[in-house]
Amino acid sequence: MNLHEYQAKQLFAEYGLPVSEGIAVDTAADATAAAKKIGGSKWVVKAQVHAGGRGKAGGVKLVDTPEEAGAFAEQWMGKNMVTYQTDAGGQPVSKILVETCTDIAQELYLGAVIDRSSRRIVFMASVEGGVEIEKVAAETPEKILKATIDPLTGAQPYQARDLAFRLELKGGQIKQFTNLFLGLAKLFQDMDLALLEINPLVITDEGNLHCLDGKINIDGNAMYRQPKLREMHDPSQDDEREAQAAEWELNYVALDGNIGCMVNGAGLAMGTMDIVQLHGGSPANFLDVGGGATKERVTEAFKIILSDENVAAVLVNIFGGIVRCDLIAEGVIGAVNEVGVEVPVVVRLEGNSAELGRDVLKKSGLNIIAATSLSDAAEKVVAAAGGAE
Amino acid sequence: MSILVDKNTKVICQGFTGAQGTFHSEQAIEYGTKMVGGVTPGKGGQVHLDLPVFNTVREAFDETGADASVIYVPAAFCKDSILEAAASGIKLIVCITEGIPTLDMLVAKEKCDQLGVQLIGPNCPGVITPGECKIGIMPGHIHKPGRVGIVSRSGTLTYEAVKQTTDHGFGQSSCVGIGGDPIPGSNFIDILSLFQQDEQTEAIVMIGEIGGTAEEEAAAYIKANVSKPVVAYIAGVTAPPGKRMGHAGAIISGGKGTADEKFAALQDAGVKTVRSLAEIGNGLSEITGW
Repeated sequence: MNLHEYQAKQLFAEYGLPVSEGIAVDTAADATAAAKKIGGSKWVVKAQVHAGGRGKAGGVKLVDTPEEAGAFAEQWMGKNMVTYQTDAGGQPVSKILVETCTDIAQELYLGAVIDRSSRRIVFMASVEGGVEIEKVAAETPEKILKATIDPLTGAQPYQARDLAFRLELKGGQIKQFTNLFLGLAKLFQDMDLALLEINPLVITDEGNLHCLDGKINIDGNAMYRQPKLREMHDPSQDDEREAQAAEWELNYVALDGNIGCMVNGAGLAMGTMDIVQLHGGSPANFLDVGGGATKERVTEAFKIILSDENVAAVLVNIFGGIVRCDLIAEGVIGAVNEVGVEVPVVVRLEGNSAELGRDVLKKSGLNIIAATSLSDAAEKVVAAAGGAE
Repeated sequence: MSILVDKNTKVICQGFTGAQGTFHSEQAIEYGTKMVGGVTPGKGGQVHLDLPVFNTVREAFDETGADASVIYVPAAFCKDSILEAAASGIKLIVCITEGIPTLDMLVAKEKCDQLGVQLIGPNCPGVITPGECKIGIMPGHIHKPGRVGIVSRSGTLTYEAVKQTTDHGFGQSSCVGIGGDPIPGSNFIDILSLFQQDEQTEAIVMIGEIGGTAEEEAAAYIKANVSKPVVAYIAGVTAPPGKRMGHAGAIISGGKGTADEKFAALQDAGVKTVRSLAEIGNGLSEITGW
């Protein structure tokens, strides 16, 4: 799960980390009022969406009057923002963050991720702040400084000092950086983060460290023990069909093609999409119905797949492990009847009682094409959807 | 010979009296696995499936001399269960549960490494040596004793590979599901090194998927250390970047972890790669001459 910048900054503030005074608002009137309340003569207004690249998309602006802050909110609220990280439709602007303006002397980068290879939380810092860090990592990897956190002892102050000196920070900045580093490490642990990024972390004209942006991604597996973060979830940023699927504990990801896929197991679901493409077709979605594949779940899965108007045929690919294929076949028949599926459905059943399952499908009298193998299934569904591209 | 488990492996189950633990322990016993007991705190002294129930893993280990523990407890309690098993003296832990927080796994994995405990999973189907010992949720009947070692990040893709190697008449030495999480207890390299040393294993099937760099690391390892023929399949060529494809670990992020990169690394290591998962059996025939 992702957080908005304003939510990330709320958490930073709770952990005693330096952020700008800011208020997140929903309307133009509130934006104007927020600027007045914050005071001063310059503000930064930032549209809140779950995507990077907002600056280039016009989603960040420096304003000189509270009324301009209101006008910015008027311009963006209820609109979608398209950035290089979104799809062509963009993401709906959820809120507007009105903040005090910070004078910037230097821009740094500070981030932390769970590194899969070393199986550690790794902090990364760089003097190359304010730009895409992936680019820095690719072009000048020596400019990314790292600190690896031992899972049993946690982050230590010496690691912060080491990074601070290598970033060529001076005087009081060393202590500020240490507090920042240890605070972020604690936040990472406490809140089950998967990714944390402050880009840029700036040095102000007065020489103080300040978190100018904040990006937080939370480990989905840990949401059960993060009630406060669950409340911060913004459903407007989610894909509607993916959210609907999640309610039934189905994993669904929309794609651009015209062949709907319903598969048990995440790996096999990916493998099925791949084999459809290999036979000249184009998958419309990833969908893992899970181990159960009961009539209810298969029914919901059909509804979600068919809500995509591009779908011209559906491939059901089930490897019956412990569950018997004839029971799955009955589930598919029941679902096809209930949902009133009008596109051709190709079903490949393999494993436990597969032949029995194929018999059940044949006898149903429905528009279901039984496939004898995975390659056969892919060929048949591509043909049923109108042939290879 | 085989790897990790055989007909002499004594197995206990954590979460023994729960629905999952009961169902899969029954299946394991039916398959011939030497189940010797189970653990459910507070139910010590009871008998379940004709086997003793213990309150703690240490007690179960001391009383039964178990070699391995299989974990079916809910995700929220798995870190504790893994650490308890690791501290008891058991040397092989197989964790089936899906959905364990990543930070829990960082600690559990580190502790297992320190104690010299081999952890398989989580979020995996388990380990099987056909005809001898089944630890996990895989359907036993599709397996056949034989000469192919299978290691995979995905459950159902493992079953596909098992079925093809059975249908071709090759059979399997052992099959290991290392799981679909970002922090697995054992990675490809851990299992590849065991297959390389195992006399019964004549060829290896490796099934990877998008996300992370475990396949690239495995490719480098194979190039330097594995002399047996390897067939590899990677799922997720069609997966869009930035989207999690069911498994917690299956995500292309920052342009890294694509199937094409993994295929390229494996090909470079001399591995026979197949682009269609239906071709795993044929790929094996091709490189072994079987």
